[in-house]
Amino acid sequence: MTTAIPNSYRTGPDETGHFGIFGGRFVAETLMPLILDLQKAYEDAKADPAFRKEMDGYLKAYVGRPSPLYLAERLTEHLGGAKIYLKREELNHTGSHKVNNVLGQIMVARRMGKKRIIAETGAGQHGVATATLCARFGLECIVYMGAVDVERQQPNVIRMEMLGAKVVPVQVGARTLKDAMNEAMRDWVTNVHNTFYCIGTVAGPHPYPMMVRDFQSIIGDETKVQMQEIEGRLPDSLIACIGGGSNAMGLFHPFLDDTSVDIYGVEAAGHGLTGLHAASIAGGRPGVLHGNRTYLLMDEDGQIQEGHSISAGLDYPGIGPEHSWLHSIGRVKYLSATDEEALAAFQLLSKLEGIIPALEPAHALAKVSELAPKLPKDHLMVVNLSGRGDKDVPQVGDILKGRQS
Amino acid sequence: MTTRIDTRFAELKAEGRSAFVTFVMAGDPDLATALEIVKALPKAGADIIELGMPFTDPMADGPSIQAAGLRALQAGMTLRKTLQLVRDFRKTDDKTPIVLMGYYNPIYIYGVDKFLPDAKEAGVDGLIIVDLPPEEDNELCIPAMKAGLNFIRLATPTTDDKRLPAVLANTSGFVYYVSVTGITGAAAADASVVGTAVARIKRHTKLPVCVGFGIRTPEAAKAIASHANGAVVGTALIDALKGSLDADGKATAKTVSAVADLTAALAAGVRGAKQAAE
Repeated sequence: MTTAIPNSYRTGPDETGHFGIFGGRFVAETLMPLILDLQKAYEDAKADPAFRKEMDGYLKAYVGRPSPLYLAERLTEHLGGAKIYLKREELNHTGSHKVNNVLGQIMVARRMGKKRIIAETGAGQHGVATATLCARFGLECIVYMGAVDVERQQPNVIRMEMLGAKVVPVQVGARTLKDAMNEAMRDWVTNVHNTFYCIGTVAGPHPYPMMVRDFQSIIGDETKVQMQEIEGRLPDSLIACIGGGSNAMGLFHPFLDDTSVDIYGVEAAGHGLTGLHAASIAGGRPGVLHGNRTYLLMDEDGQIQEGHSISAGLDYPGIGPEHSWLHSIGRVKYLSATDEEALAAFQLLSKLEGIIPALEPAHALAKVSELAPKLPKDHLMVVNLSGRGDKDVPQVGDILKGRQS
Repeated sequence: MTTRIDTRFAELKAEGRSAFVTFVMAGDPDLATALEIVKALPKAGADIIELGMPFTDPMADGPSIQAAGLRALQAGMTLRKTLQLVRDFRKTDDKTPIVLMGYYNPIYIYGVDKFLPDAKEAGVDGLIIVDLPPEEDNELCIPAMKAGLNFIRLATPTTDDKRLPAVLANTSGFVYYVSVTGITGAAAADASVVGTAVARIKRHTKLPVCVGFGIRTPEAAKAIASHANGAVVGTALIDALKGSLDADGKATAKTVSAVADLTAALAAGVRGAKQAAE
């Protein structure tokens, strides 16, 4: 491979879409011609200054970027160690980082002349972002969502429908995100001629993991500039939650070659790593699913197991292939937080900072509570606050009410 | 190297007819019944058997085959037991080709280096792995060819003339033409449209071309068989099996005959067709 920077962590994937042994294009033949078209369309878009300019315009005026980098003073004081900054992705239009990627993909879809957009969603954040941009650009939108998630994420289902999207509850399997992704792929295989599949995370067949990462890298790029402005130097550590891992990859990627920066990804440990969980790296092994090779939860026969997390956005049994590679080479440390730890962090941030986080980044905040007190006061730590907690308010409210009675 | 598949197509050519290819799921609804079904298929007129390897996430399959895989998994089916099923079948039938069809992950976890000799020894003749396109040939296709197993590739309506040579490059045994873009059990394509597609593929290869997806009746099987070297039926057989199960989804006295009777009717349809011109 030709690369300008030797020993860079940022040059992947290779031309066949692999990060080491991870990634690739493991899909049915019907989809391969479209995936090759998409790869070309994305490469053309990347090379076109007009595409970047148009996207920057929407990012600023429609999404509301740059998102602030906020010093969480009371949380810092409470934990008594590292100085904690929150990257405020929850302030984006639609309430999470998902919109960065969806905007990019919808603009690629428009270049390809696709008028029908499909997506899968767990917590509904990706579905809401997709429904929003389809409304903005006048495109048909179908969102596959596990029937269980439709139940537990009602506010987002209502939002998607208000935006004109059709939400299809998936009744097979455990009726969560993995099953929604299978159904989306079935739709795609069936309607390949006119349909664009807008994948919500850094997973799936090449070029998706790369493309989604590129669109999300704005998080880390901004963080670099903002930290220079505020502190005059790079942060010392970064931390983000991982389901598929797109918010984490977006924050991490611009810093991968800055080896002074410690990087932590936090998986969902659910009821604990010996019970039901969704920690693919801590509790899984490499396998092939949904178009890529990556760490997966599975049994000894290679049958995929369901993930569990209090957060519908994290209960996917896999992880983006670039994360698998970063784990295998040791550049990023992958930790995990349980449902209970995430709930505690959810309440802590709400009460100390007046910011109700989504349950997903609450997992990252849980590990901040553990790591920060052990670090010196001049240690700069950035947490990606990937989404706001509006969607989780009914669910967390019910849990807390149940405990009081 | 001549495989059972090559031999079977040579025999069919001599008979002047197309192949009837059946798909059933290994272990559906349970291991013992599935073995009886597989044994009954050649007697009922199946020329080649595709045996599904159950997988939790069959992304290219429709509800019927998906449910069949889950029934098999719930009954305790594993890849190891699928190979044992083939081994048991070979005790009574050394002629009918068996092609395993499924998804890559269970084989990857079994270990490609161990799987290929085990499959060959069990009496497997070929593999169809839905999620391994030519771009991932190094994973299994090329090692399988070296191990003496046919790797049968799917070609689809989206596989254009530019891409066909790549799809056919390492294909052997036969080419499986998926007649519709979509999942298994979807609506059937028009037989004359299929005929045009088969002719297009045949301009690129000497291999037999079998057509599947959406064939449910003896008439449809006959129409497809007159345009192709084989007609593949899966979902209709699985639906017949499902219809014979009791309220708990368990096999009944009718289960084997439900599949065998439909196989016989479909086979008669295929035998009524003249083979497509070479």
